[in-house]
Amino acid sequence: MMDIDLYTFTVIVGLACVTVLARGFFLISRTSWNLPHWAQRGLQYAPIAALAAVVLPEVVMTQGHLVGTWQDARLFAAAAGAAAYFWRKDVLVTILAGMAVFLPLHLGLGW
Amino acid sequence: MFFRRAHYSHPAFREGVRDLSGMAPGIAAWGLMTGVAMVKSGMSVAESLLMALIVFAGSSQLAAIPLIIAGAPIWIILATGFCVNLRFVVFSLHLRPYLMHLPLWERLTHGYFTADLSYVLFTRRFAHPATEPAERLAQDAYLSGNCFLNWMSWVSASVVGVTLANFIPPAWGLGFAGILCLIGILCGLATTRLRLLSAAVAGVAAVATFALPLKLNILVAIAAAVILCLTMEDRFASSASNQQAS
Repeated sequence: MMDIDLYTFTVIVGLACVTVLARGFFLISRTSWNLPHWAQRGLQYAPIAALAAVVLPEVVMTQGHLVGTWQDARLFAAAAGAAAYFWRKDVLVTILAGMAVFLPLHLGLGW
Repeated sequence: MFFRRAHYSHPAFREGVRDLSGMAPGIAAWGLMTGVAMVKSGMSVAESLLMALIVFAGSSQLAAIPLIIAGAPIWIILATGFCVNLRFVVFSLHLRPYLMHLPLWERLTHGYFTADLSYVLFTRRFAHPATEPAERLAQDAYLSGNCFLNWMSWVSASVVGVTLANFIPPAWGLGFAGILCLIGILCGLATTRLRLLSAAVAGVAAVATFALPLKLNILVAIAAAVILCLTMEDRFASSASNQQAS
């Protein structure tokens, strides 16, 4: 419970450094500079791509394979969560609506 | 920052705290949920607490969890975290004229503590960087107060979440709340058609290339999505209907 393995510890410290680097990116150097144009445009698309690349496999895959059945609580919970977001524009509502679908299906029906 | 007397004793500090107070419950709820999600995804209590305390970036924490559980190489997790955090790079460019009068370590601590809401509130309250020392101090103090309450709400709620998670059976699958949170953030970013395309391409590519070793599928997916979107942007650059995101 209170154990920390070296791998996870290194990841956590590394992610803290990533937070410092990202939030302080343009605050480090005194000389004023700008990102190249292609990188500025890339900033538009990379964050949402990173999230989707992490999220979709977590929703539609089990043990490295695409889910073979539609009886999976995650599919319905993710759809409900996304719909709730577009309804209320609130991340908290997304989580609550998603879990309200997830828990009955997962615990009640064993999906 | 908030640990400096010059900042926390300044009247603007309280103003910063007050302006954020309406949003503190929302931040706390998110912190609580992230705390629960970290433990329920298989991280130990100590690891979860350390992560909540020092990483201090909900979306990159949540994105890192499945990768940590899968034992992905560290550099892949850090690269993914950086991509998720790219919005802060844009914020730091905007904050530059407000903070460049400070020494380096203070610039970095201000930057580190300025998460999404503090950035939005601060730049809304001060549309232009101060030019006089007294004004500058007020701006620094306001930002410090703002960040103080934001950080306190986040960290204390995360600790409560990590503790609570121990009393919830793993079979409930509450770790999925973290994925739902990422879905909410993702939908919030989908403000233009090309960004939606970026999400669709990256998601499908990450699933299709899942068998790649070292969790490289994440980076392949990001690269494919960004390159495709930049190409599409070039192709439609001449058309007037080209949407430009803020």
